[in-house]
Amino acid sequence: MDIGLNALIQNIFNSLSLGSLYALIAVGYTMVYGILRLINFAHGDIFMMGTYFAFYAITIFFLPWYLGFLVAILITGLLGFSIEKIAYRPLRNAPRISSLITAIGMSFFLESFAVVVFGGIPKSFNVYPKFFSDIILIGQSRIPLLTFITIGVTFFLFLILWWILYKTKIGLAMRAISVDIPTTSLMGANVNNVISMTFVLGSTFAAVAGILWAMKYPQVQPYMGFTPGLKAFIAAVIGGIGSIQGAIVGGFLLGFLEIMIVGFFPSLAGYRDVFAYVVLVIILMFRPTGIFKIYSEQKV
Amino acid sequence: MKRIPLKINLILTIAFLIGIYFFLSNVSVLGDYWSRIVTLVAIYSIMAVSYTLVNGITGIFSLGQAGFIAIGAYTSALLTLSLQQKEMSFFIQPLIWPLNSIQIGFLPATIIGGLVAAFFAFLIGYPSLRLTGDYFAIATLAFAEIIRILIQNLYGVTNGTLGLKGINPYTNVWWAWGWLLVTVLIIGSLKYSSYGRALRAISEDPVAAKVMGIDVFRHQMMAFVISGFFAGISGALYAHWITTLDPRPTSLGVMLTFYVLIMIVIGGLGSITGAILGAIFFAFVSQWLRIFESNITIFGFTIPGVPGMSMLILSVLFIVVMIFWRRGLMGKEELNWQKIYNFFKKVEVQNE
Amino acid sequence: MKKVLILTSIIVMIFATFAVADDVIKIGVALPMTGNISSFGQMVWQGVELANEMFPTVLGKKVELVLADNRSDKTEAANVISRLINLSNVVGILGEVASSNTMAGAPIAEKYHIPLLSPASTNPLVTQGKTYTSRVCFIDPFQGHVAAVFAINNLKAKTAAVFTDVAQDYSVGLSNFFIKDFTAAGGVVYKEYYQSGDQDFSAQLTDALSHNPDVIYISGYYPEIALMAKQARQLGYKGPFLAGDGAEAPELIKIAGSAVNGLYYTSHFNADHPVTKIGQEFVAKFEEKYHTSPSALAALGFDDYLVMLNAIERANSTDPVKINEAIRSTKNFEGATGYITIGSDGNAVKSAVINEVVNGQFTYVTTINP
Repeated sequence: MDIGLNALIQNIFNSLSLGSLYALIAVGYTMVYGILRLINFAHGDIFMMGTYFAFYAITIFFLPWYLGFLVAILITGLLGFSIEKIAYRPLRNAPRISSLITAIGMSFFLESFAVVVFGGIPKSFNVYPKFFSDIILIGQSRIPLLTFITIGVTFFLFLILWWILYKTKIGLAMRAISVDIPTTSLMGANVNNVISMTFVLGSTFAAVAGILWAMKYPQVQPYMGFTPGLKAFIAAVIGGIGSIQGAIVGGFLLGFLEIMIVGFFPSLAGYRDVFAYVVLVIILMFRPTGIFKIYSEQKV
Repeated sequence: MKRIPLKINLILTIAFLIGIYFFLSNVSVLGDYWSRIVTLVAIYSIMAVSYTLVNGITGIFSLGQAGFIAIGAYTSALLTLSLQQKEMSFFIQPLIWPLNSIQIGFLPATIIGGLVAAFFAFLIGYPSLRLTGDYFAIATLAFAEIIRILIQNLYGVTNGTLGLKGINPYTNVWWAWGWLLVTVLIIGSLKYSSYGRALRAISEDPVAAKVMGIDVFRHQMMAFVISGFFAGISGALYAHWITTLDPRPTSLGVMLTFYVLIMIVIGGLGSITGAILGAIFFAFVSQWLRIFESNITIFGFTIPGVPGMSMLILSVLFIVVMIFWRRGLMGKEELNWQKIYNFFKKVEVQNE
Repeated sequence: MKKVLILTSIIVMIFATFAVADDVIKIGVALPMTGNISSFGQMVWQGVELANEMFPTVLGKKVELVLADNRSDKTEAANVISRLINLSNVVGILGEVASSNTMAGAPIAEKYHIPLLSPASTNPLVTQGKTYTSRVCFIDPFQGHVAAVFAINNLKAKTAAVFTDVAQDYSVGLSNFFIKDFTAAGGVVYKEYYQSGDQDFSAQLTDALSHNPDVIYISGYYPEIALMAKQARQLGYKGPFLAGDGAEAPELIKIAGSAVNGLYYTSHFNADHPVTKIGQEFVAKFEEKYHTSPSALAALGFDDYLVMLNAIERANSTDPVKINEAIRSTKNFEGATGYITIGSDGNAVKSAVINEVVNGQFTYVTTINP
C-alpha cells in the first residue's frame, strides 16, 4: 500500500475519533441552548471536572477503573444539576445576555476552583487499562483500540439519547419545552425537572467525552476544557445550535476539517484554528441557524 | 428631594476634576508601584468605557474587545519602536517595509492605533452586525481569535510569538488619565445626544426602533466603530505601559475580554461611571486579594496561602453580582452629584 | 464587602510590618505559582526554597524570601516586579520563568537598578540591551546548537523532522537555531508546526513520517512532546526523538510511558549525574525534603538563589547596583547545574547536559561544553 493511502486512512480514523469527542461535547451545548437559549460557556469546564473526578475516584478511592468512570460520570451529572440550580435558574427570566455572562463567570469559577483544589500542575491520567492503547493494524495504518472504543461509545450514547428523546416521557417534555416553555408547563410538564434533566444529561455526556479525551491525551489540568469546549461550541453552531443532529454532524465536520487541513497542508498548522473560525463566521453570515435549521432568528 | 442647581453642579464637577488633578500630580508620593496601578486603572477604565458603549449602551453583546485592543497595541508599538530595536527583535524574519523604517511620536502613534482598530471594527462590524444576540457575540469572539492567531503567525509584521519588546514606556499617569477624560467626554456626550437616545431605543427594542424610522444598522455600526477606536487607544496605552507584547491567549486574548467584561458587569452594564468604578474595583481588589495567596502570620500562627485564591474569590463575586445584583454598582445610570446628594439625604432621613 | 477587604488588608499589613525584623536581607521571588505555566513556577520554587533552607544567611543576616505570584499573566508579571521593588524593598529578584514575562518585568528592574536574575528564561531577547537582567541558564541558540551537533555526531542523523510550537517564542527560537546549525552541516529538515494546548498531532506526524526522518526534533514543552511521542510510536516510528529542556518533567514519562524511550534532550541538569559536589548535595537534600528527584527547573531555581547569594557576599553589600556588578562578574561558580560564568551581557556560559529516557528513567548521556 502506498504512503498516501495509508496517511489517508490514518487521518480518517483520527478525524472520526476527534469528531466523536467534539460531537459528545457539542451535544451538551446544543441541548441546553435548545431549551434555555443559553450558551453554557462553562460546559468545557464541566468536561474538565469530569476527568478530575475520574482521576481521583481511581487514584484516591482505589475504585476499579470502570466503577471509577461510572462514579465520575454520575458526579459530573450532579455538578451540572447544581450549576443550573444555583447559577442559571435564578436568571431564567432575566435578559438572555445576563445568563450568558453568568455562564462565563461560572467557567471562570470552575477553572479557579480546579487550580485551588486540584493544583495547577498537569496530572497524568494513567488510570485506564493498558489494552486500550493496543494497536490494531488496518492495512499498514496503526489504529489504537481506543479510537474504536471512542467511536463505539459515542454511537452507543447517541442511540441512548435518541431513545430518551423519542421514546420516553421526559424526552417528549424536553422536545416540547425547546419549542415553547409556557405552553409546555400549561400542559402539565414540570419545567424545572425537565431543564435539570437536560443539564444532567449534557454533563454526563461531557464527562464521558472528558474521560475518553483524557485516555487519548493522558493528562488532566484545570485549563484543559477551554479549547475543546470552544471547538465543540463551534461545532454546535456549525450544525445549527439547538439541533442535536446538527451538533453531531458539526462535531464530525470540525474533526475532519482540523485533521485534514493539518494532514494535507502541514505548513498551515499555525492557522488551523483560523479555518475553524472562518467556517464558523461564514456559516453565521450565510446560514446563521447552521446546517440544521430549527429556530427562526427572531420572534417579534 | 431637592434638585441641585446647575451652577452648584458645575462647581462641584470642577472641584472634583481639580481634586483628581491634585491626586494625580502627587500620586508619586505613594511610590512607583501605586502610580503604576493608578495608570493601569485608567487604561482599564478606557477599555471598560469603550466596551460598555457596545455591550451596555447599545445593547449588542460583543466578545471581541480584546481583538481591537491588540490591534491598537501592536500598531502603535510598531510605530514608536526604535529602528535599532526593531532590527534586533525581528531576527527570525525581518520586519516588512515600510514599518522597518518608521519611527513616530507617541501621540500620533496612539491615534493611528485607534484609527486602525476602528477600521477593523468597521470591517468586522459590517458582516457581524447583521447578526443578533448570541450569534453576534460568537461572531465577534471568532473575529478576535482570528486577529490573535494572525498576530501569532505573521512574523514579518508582528514578530509572531517572539513578540515585541523594548517599547518605550511613554504611558504615564497623565497620558492614561488624559485619554480617559477624552473617552468619557466623547462617549458621555454620545450617550446623552439624540444619537445616544436612539441607541438606547435600539437596546430596549430594536424592532420598535426600526419601526420608528431609526436606522438600526448605522447606529450600531457607529457605536461599534467608536468603541473599536477607544479600545485601540487603550491598547496603545497598554503597550507603552507594559513595554512588551505577545499574542498569548492570556495576554491579549479571550481572557482580556473576560476581564473587561467583569469590570463592566460589576460597574453596571451601560453606565460610564459604573465602568470606571468597575475598573477601579477590578484593579485594586485583584491586588488586595493577593493576601489570601501569601502566608499570613498572625500571633505566631501561619496560615498557608493558597495560590489561585484571588481569582476564585473574584469569580464567586462575579456570579453573585449577576444573580443577586444584576444592576451592578450603577445599573444603566450615571453617578452624579444629584445621586450623591440624594444618597446622603436618604441616610439622614433614616437616621432621624 | 469592599470595606471588609480594606479592613482585613490593613490589619494584615500592620501585622506583616511587625513581623519583619530589621536584620534581614530581602530577596524577591517572582514566579508563576498559578495559571497555565504554574507547574514551572512551582518546580523553580522547590529549588529556591531548598536553597534558602540550606543557606539561610548571608553577610551575617537572615535571608527573607518574598514570593510573588504573577499568575502566569503578563500584566501581573510587570506588577509583581514593581510590587517587590517598591513595596517590599527587595535587594534583588529571582525570576521570572517564561521569557515573555521576564521581558515585561525587566524594564522596571532596570529603572530601579535592581538585579533581576532569571532561572530559566532562555529567549535571547531577554537580556538584550539590559544592564540589570541576567540569567543562570544558557540561551536558546546554544541549546539549538548543542542539539544539532549531537544529532549529527552521535545520532548520525542526516534528515530531521522539526516540530515547532508556533505559540511559544521558546520553541520558535529553538527550532530556528537547530535548523540553522543542522542544515549548515549538510542535514535536511522537514518542518512541522503545532500549538501549545494541541492534543492531536497525528496529521503532522503522518506527514513527517512519510519522509522517513532519522530523528524527530521537538522544540516545545513536555505536555505536547509526551503526547506527540506517544502518537508517533503508535504510527510506527522507531527512531530517536530529540528535544530541548522543555521536555524535562516527570510528567513526560508518566504521560507517554514507554513511548519516550529513546528520547534525547538537551538540559541543564541530570539528577543521577550531578556534575558538581554541590549538585550531589542538592540532589540528596532535595530527595529528603520532597521525596522525589529534582527537575532541572528545581536545580536552576537552586542555582539562581545561590548565584544571587554569592553575588551579595562578593559585593559585601546590600546595595543592588553592587550586587548586580557581582552577578555579572560571576566566574566558574559551582552550582548544582555546573560551573556558571555570567558575562557582562547577562547571559550564563555553562555546559549543557544531554539526557536520554531509558526504561522510563532520565539517564545521563554526555556533557557538551560551550
